Amino acid sequence: MPAKNYASTRYSELAEINEGNVKNLQVAFTFSTGVNKGQEAAPLVVGTTMYIVTPFPNIVYALDLSKPGAPMKWKYEPNPEPAAQGVACCDVVNRGAAFADGRLFFNTLDGHTIALDANSGQPIWNAHIGNINIGETITMAPLVVKGKVLVGNSGGEMGVRGWVKALDAGDGHVVWTAYNTGPDKDVLIGPDFKPHYDMDKGKDLGVTTWPPEAWKIGGGNMWGWISYDPDLNLIFHGTGNPGPWNPDLRPGDNKWTSGIFARDPDTGAAKWFYQWSPHDLHDYDGINEQVLLDLNWQGKPRKVLVRPERNGYLYLLDRTTGEVLSAKPYGPVNSSKGVDLKTGRLIENPDKLTGTGKVVRDICPTASGLKDWQPSAFSPKTGLLYIPHNNLCMDEEGVEVNYIAGTPYVGMNVRMIPGPGGNRGAFTAWDIAGEKPAWSLKENFPVWSGAVATAGDVVFYGTMEGWFKAVSAKTGELLWQFKTSSGIIGQPITYRGPDGHQYVAVLSGVGGWAGAIVSGDLDPRDATAALGFVNAMKDLKNATTAGGTLYVFRLP
Amino acid sequence: MKPAVAMLLLAGLALAACQREERDTRPQSALGSGEQPTPVTALEPGGQRPSPTDNKAASFEANAFHLSEGKRLFGWFNCSGCHANGGGGMGPALMDEKWIYGSSMESIHATIRDGRPNGMPSFRDKIPDDQIWELAAFVRSLSGNAPSSAAPSRNDDMMAHPSENRMPDAATLGKSP
Repeated sequence: MPAKNYASTRYSELAEINEGNVKNLQVAFTFSTGVNKGQEAAPLVVGTTMYIVTPFPNIVYALDLSKPGAPMKWKYEPNPEPAAQGVACCDVVNRGAAFADGRLFFNTLDGHTIALDANSGQPIWNAHIGNINIGETITMAPLVVKGKVLVGNSGGEMGVRGWVKALDAGDGHVVWTAYNTGPDKDVLIGPDFKPHYDMDKGKDLGVTTWPPEAWKIGGGNMWGWISYDPDLNLIFHGTGNPGPWNPDLRPGDNKWTSGIFARDPDTGAAKWFYQWSPHDLHDYDGINEQVLLDLNWQGKPRKVLVRPERNGYLYLLDRTTGEVLSAKPYGPVNSSKGVDLKTGRLIENPDKLTGTGKVVRDICPTASGLKDWQPSAFSPKTGLLYIPHNNLCMDEEGVEVNYIAGTPYVGMNVRMIPGPGGNRGAFTAWDIAGEKPAWSLKENFPVWSGAVATAGDVVFYGTMEGWFKAVSAKTGELLWQFKTSSGIIGQPITYRGPDGHQYVAVLSGVGGWAGAIVSGDLDPRDATAALGFVNAMKDLKNATTAGGTLYVFRLP
Repeated sequence: MKPAVAMLLLAGLALAACQREERDTRPQSALGSGEQPTPVTALEPGGQRPSPTDNKAASFEANAFHLSEGKRLFGWFNCSGCHANGGGGMGPALMDEKWIYGSSMESIHATIRDGRPNGMPSFRDKIPDDQIWELAAFVRSLSGNAPSSAAPSRNDDMMAHPSENRMPDAATLGKSP
C-alpha cells in the first residue's frame, strides 16, 4: 500500500542509506510513464516487481527489478472514458495502487475499480462504481482491509455526494456503501455510533444540518487516505469539503463533511465522528492522512491518531473515542483562532467569514490548505512527523452558482498569493510530544510531494522545480539533492531490491492542483484560474515542464 | 432664430447622431437548432474548401448586448467553473492564443453545442441556440477577438484580469506583427 503500513507511517526500517553516505546516491534506472500529467502515485514494490499507475489514462506498469535496467514485465491499459477528464477538478491524477493476495487493485478516473493478477497483468474483475455524468471521478489509492477493497469518490467541486465503498477483493461486488451526507441509514450510523462531542450527536444530522435536499449535492467526498487499526478493528477516513464552496447556500454544520469517521471495516458501521471544520467556509477538505501511533500523552499511554489538517492544525485524536487531545497550528493560520478542546469546535475568525458578493482578503491558509493530500511521514527514532506543506493565503468572493449535474458547483472566486515570508512551501518536522516544530525548511513552491522517513535518519521529499532532496531527520540539513526532469508531486518510497541493497524511488512529473498551470497549460493572466491556484504559481511555467518519469536511486 | 428653436434643432441633430445597436428583440428560444456542420480541422484532402459560415456569427460577435449576455451566461451555465475567468482550470484556457477545436464563432458554437471528446460536455438541448451564440461571442472576447467598443467592461465582482474590452489580441498580445 502506498502508505507502507496500515498505520500510514511511511517509515522504512532500511538503514543502508544513512546521513553519512546519502551524498553518494546515484541513479540506478529511470522509466518514462508516457503521460504528461501530474504524477501523484507512489510506486509499489512487492517481491521483485515494481508497480506504477499513471494519471489518466491510468496505465499500470509492472517492472522486473531482478533484471538489469528493470525491464517491463507487463502493462495494462484500462482505456478510461476520455470525457472523464472534463469532470476531474484538479488535474487527472491517480494516487497509486494497493496489493493484496497476489492481486493489484487500482482506480480509474472514470469511476472503475479494477483488480489485476499481479503476476500476469490480466484483469480479474472490473467494478464500475462512479458516474462521470454527475461529476464523479476516482483518484484515490484504494486500501485493502480484511478482504475488502476500500474506495471513495472525488467530486467535491461538482456537487457530488461523497461515499466510501467496500468491494469484495474476490469478485468486486459492493459489500457496503457509506455515504458522508444524508440520513443515518445511508451514513451507516446505528446504535454503535458514539461521537465524543455533543455537536455530533443527534438523529439524521446529515439531513438536518443542511437546507432541504442540499445534502444530496453536498460533497463530503473521500478522495484521500484511509488508515486501519487491526486491534480496534476500525478504519479511519476523512470527508471532503461541503459543496458548493459559497457557504451562504448551505447554512448549518453540513454534516458529515470536513470531518473524520471511524468505521467497522466489516460492516461500514460508524463508531465515531469528529468535524474539523463545521460549516466549512474555505474548502478545507478533511481527507488528509491519519498516522496511527501509540504513545505516552501527558503521562498516560494513549492510542492516538495524528492528522496534519488542511485547516492548519495538527490534531492529536484519541482514536478509540475521537476526543481531541491537541490541536496546534503548524504554520500561519488566520481563518480561525484555535480549537475549543471542551466542545471540539473550531473557533472561526469573524473577520474571515466568506459570503456572496463579499471580497474577503488575505485568508490563510488557502482552499488548498496549509497541507493538502500530500502525505507526511513519521519516524519513531526521532519522534518527529515530517510534513510537506504549503504556505499560501487567498482572497475569496462568494458568487451565485447554479447546480447543473456534471458541471462544477463552486460559487467562489478565489485568488491565491504567497503566505507570510514569501516562500510558498515548507517542509516541517513536527515534534509531536512537544507540540511544536523541531525545524522547518522553506521552499519556493508548495511542497506537493509526499515524504518518506528511514531508519538511516534520512528523510526524502521532492519540490515542484524538480529537486529530489534528502535531509537529515534530526536537523533538516540538506544532505543530497538531484534535479529530475520535471516537478515532483509524487510519493517517494524506499525498498530493498532483489540484490539486497536499499533503493529510493519517486515519480517525477508536475501537475495536480498546484501544478495545473503547467500540466493543463493554463493562462497566468487570470488570477482565478485553477480555482485561484494559478495566481500563486505564475512563474511555474518558467521553472519546469510536464513529463512523467520514474527515478530510482541507489548507492554505488 | 429663437434660442428655443435652436435648442430643439440641436437636440434633433444630437438624437439623429445616435446609432442604436441593432438587435433582435425576440430572440430565438428554440433548443438545439443550428445544425450547421463545422469541420474541426484545416486538413481537407483534395484541397481546402470554404468553411461554412453562419449568418448569426457576425451579428452576434460585434454586438455589445449579446456579449454582455454571453458573459452573464458564462457564469450561469457554470462555464466559469471549468474555464475560470478565461484562464482555465479543469478545462483549457480560453484567453490565450491556442484553439484546440478552432477559433471561429462557428467552431466555438459547435464546441458548446456538441461537446468535444476530452471533457467538454455537450449542451445540446440544454441551452437555447441564440444563447450558445452569445456564449461563443463572449468566449472570443476573452482573447481580445471582439471589438473593444462592444466587449464587456469592468466587473462588479473581483477582477480576475483586465476587462474584456481591454484584453489585447492573444495572438499578437497587442504588438504589431
